[in-house]
Amino acid sequence: MSASLVTVAYIGATILFILSLGGLSNPETSRRGNLYGMIGMTIAVLATVLGPRVTAAGIPWIIGAMVAGGGIGLYLARTVQMTQMPELVAFMHSLVGLAAVVVGYASYVDPTSTLNITSAEKAIHEMEVYIGVLIGAVTLSGSVIAFGKLSGKIGGKPLLLPARHWLNLLGLLVVIWFGREFLHAETVAQGMTPLIVMTVIALLFGIHMVMAIGGADMPVVVSMLNSYSGWAAAATGFMLSNDLLIVIGALVGSSGAILSYIMCQAMNRNFISVIAGGFGGGAPAKAASGDAAAPVGEVVPISASETAELLRDAKSVVIVPGYGMAVAQAQHTVNEITKFLRDKGVNVRFGIHPVAGRMPGHMNVLLAEAKVPYDIVMEMDEINDDFPATDVAMVIGANDIVNPAAQEDPSSPIAGMPVLEVWKAKTSIVMKRSMASGYAGVDNPLFYKENNRMLFGDAKKMLDEVLVALKT
Amino acid sequence: MPQVIGVPKENATGEKRVATVPEVVEKLIKLGFKVAVQSGAGDAANFSDDVYRAAGAEIVADAAALWANSDIVFKVRGPSTEEVGLLRNGGTLISFIWPAQNPELMQQLAARKATVLAIDALPRVLSRAQKMDALTSQAGVAGYRAVIEAANAFGRFFNGQITAAGKVPPAKVFIAGAGVAGLAAIGTAAGLGAIVRANDTRAEVADQVASLGGEFVKVDYEEEGSGGGGYAKVMSEGFQHAQREMYAKQAREVDIIITTALIPGKPAPKLITAEMVKSMKPGSVIVDMAAEQGGNCELTEPGQAVVKHGVTIIGYTDLVSRLAKQSSTLYSTNLFRLAEELCKSKDGIINVNMEDDAIRGLTVIKDGAVTWPAPPIKLAVPPAAAKSVVAVPAAKKGHGHGGGAPMAGGKLAIMFAVAAVMFWFIGANAPGAFLGHFTVFVLACFVGYMVVWNVTPALHTPLMSVTNAISSIIVIGALVQIAPPLLTDSGLSRPDEMIRWLAVAGIALTAINMFGGFAVTQRMLAMFRK
Repeated sequence: MSASLVTVAYIGATILFILSLGGLSNPETSRRGNLYGMIGMTIAVLATVLGPRVTAAGIPWIIGAMVAGGGIGLYLARTVQMTQMPELVAFMHSLVGLAAVVVGYASYVDPTSTLNITSAEKAIHEMEVYIGVLIGAVTLSGSVIAFGKLSGKIGGKPLLLPARHWLNLLGLLVVIWFGREFLHAETVAQGMTPLIVMTVIALLFGIHMVMAIGGADMPVVVSMLNSYSGWAAAATGFMLSNDLLIVIGALVGSSGAILSYIMCQAMNRNFISVIAGGFGGGAPAKAASGDAAAPVGEVVPISASETAELLRDAKSVVIVPGYGMAVAQAQHTVNEITKFLRDKGVNVRFGIHPVAGRMPGHMNVLLAEAKVPYDIVMEMDEINDDFPATDVAMVIGANDIVNPAAQEDPSSPIAGMPVLEVWKAKTSIVMKRSMASGYAGVDNPLFYKENNRMLFGDAKKMLDEVLVALKT
Repeated sequence: MPQVIGVPKENATGEKRVATVPEVVEKLIKLGFKVAVQSGAGDAANFSDDVYRAAGAEIVADAAALWANSDIVFKVRGPSTEEVGLLRNGGTLISFIWPAQNPELMQQLAARKATVLAIDALPRVLSRAQKMDALTSQAGVAGYRAVIEAANAFGRFFNGQITAAGKVPPAKVFIAGAGVAGLAAIGTAAGLGAIVRANDTRAEVADQVASLGGEFVKVDYEEEGSGGGGYAKVMSEGFQHAQREMYAKQAREVDIIITTALIPGKPAPKLITAEMVKSMKPGSVIVDMAAEQGGNCELTEPGQAVVKHGVTIIGYTDLVSRLAKQSSTLYSTNLFRLAEELCKSKDGIINVNMEDDAIRGLTVIKDGAVTWPAPPIKLAVPPAAAKSVVAVPAAKKGHGHGGGAPMAGGKLAIMFAVAAVMFWFIGANAPGAFLGHFTVFVLACFVGYMVVWNVTPALHTPLMSVTNAISSIIVIGALVQIAPPLLTDSGLSRPDEMIRWLAVAGIALTAINMFGGFAVTQRMLAMFRK
């Protein structure tokens, strides 16, 4: 295969990848979109392997590595629980980061990559290596920490080092300083030291960055790391002068950036302040203001059988799931209840907040797994106006995303965040394990509203009881 | 020493309710009180002395003894002059009082050094007070009963039917005034299958009417009729004229009219004239729920059901008592909720806390001093609500192309300037080969931006896993390193072994991602179904 054919194949693959992302605009076309992605990837890999830059000697190695990696990948994909999707995605981001680091090192020690080029081009190439490794390393360590936080191996509370912004700035300056050293290095051996030092700093920076972000901001972090893994691929593309890599990297990078932006808007947070960290822990000043605006009223508990009673008498029900439903693995019971009520002619719908769960779209995937039809699963903007005509709004393991303080109390830390207005329904039922506040550390006046009832207990257990009570 | 709650028998004529039902007696005892009930107090509402006794109440044969022994008296109607005489000095009374209409009663009670909580003086704007709102609970009962009375006097079915014996048209019911009683009537009539129309001077109740299955009939005249506290106010002459025309039209069309229009402290407005009654079909029914305040219909005779011009006009003033068991149960639950508020310590001793907005409003006489009317309640909620209305549209628009409003011109200019400087810097310094790649990069970013905005939020997780899978395109970097064509003329020594292992590692890592990412996306997408 000639170099021109390879280029043409790359163009074809690029188009397929763009179609693949475009297909996701609708569940109907999404499966085809994924197929386009797979075909594009196959074309790209085959064109490269059969092209002029890979000789026959390498093919056994490639097949061996592909089979080993592919086997692991397929095994993970088959066995992962849908509730663990955020962890899997974070884990995979770390692999992209690691691969970018590895490719960067290999490219640096390879003398053929800088053969026959001018010194300016060499400088650019080295800069690209340096930046590629930097982004790769940040992605790697950040994703590993995100994985740890999502899987509960590391606590969700943000770790706030004193003077953390200064630490980050210092790290950046050191990285720039070593970058200069790196560019001035005469030989590969000389350049290796700054490269390794920078990698270590980048790793530490990645760890520090994600450690400082609280659990509630995880959707932003996951999509941000998604973006980074794209930029890492794009940087690798520059390094290898490969347009396909640049295009795909840019696609993935901008996709992740847009997702992060959407998530930040959904929480009414400034993107920079999420990255700078320090939200989910309840800084002392915020806690004080929370006390001042302590909600008045009484909390009215309700039993599972009374909940069933309310549901049975309702004409219109909206279910608002949150991370608690994922933790309790209650989505299948939710579907059973939904099916039962729908068979009885009750209009059951779901209201999904953009940041419900731990990654963008997490709740949709869980409900889809439980076979809830997607046309009754609504976005926040679609359903918010319908709450006044709703008889029962059932909140399952969510807290901050249904907090009226976001609209009513300008001093609240979550003021201005768009929320699902469940309190406008005739009755709202909140399922929760206890009265503890949510990730944002903010008390929820919803619990004290006249038309709100609290169903305390594990979501799965309580929903099972509700289902039994419904069927009798 | 727990306080004793006394429940005397209501002695007003036609009053069948009782202030406390046996179920509530148990609850009051749990709050720490002792409860004494006059013998026969619940008879008219079908609660026998035995049931009260079983619930833990003490039965007292004689009214005088009951009043004398009670620290707190629960009643439905305001006390008569003799009853005021029986009230213990410094005792507490909870009942309907209507202080504005009954100034002498207030003076008599004050002279007894009593503490009086008028359940009708409850500040209804407090959402917390709803559970104690006896006006609402009793009006709901009355509205229900009004429809039942109408159905009783009406010679036809309410619901339309198609039977073997022919087609029956549904009854048309018009309800004037959509307050609590009106809304209950709408719900009941709609439940029986009638076509229900309703009107109210307060335009904001239109949604509530529709939610109960009624149709809101507008008056063809612009004026806002909300008089605060959930009541209507007196309307202008122009409005009244338009309203009369609308009523006249409805009277010709409908079979049943139920009127509930009341304005506090004033005689009921005359909505249905004799002319309108004449225009109604024979056999039609009017239920005038405002009969006690003079009636909404000119021909109403309070307390009577009369037939005039072939139309049955029901002016019963005891609709609530006609459903005594239900209304007593609701009323006594209202009183129990009030008792809970008064006795937060659950030790059977009430504390009339004048700091509490709800209790302050209810208390019309405190230890002999008249405290009515209560100062208006300062509500903290409305300003915040208004604020949220302003804040929400700004924060809304979570999805779509960028934010809601277009960016300000100045900001945009700055952004373009920064971008121009950056591009100039790159163009001036970078070699040509880099610029080619850079062009591709910038354009790809824009394509990505355009494509991803179209992704539906429901598919954000699959989007992430698929972008993750395709970012393993980085494998190409490793592929071209593993065994490049040998460049014999270069004379450079290439650390083949080391590069190969790095590349193999890179390929294996990205392969996990590639296969795993696509497979898991496939698995997820297969689950999305209609």
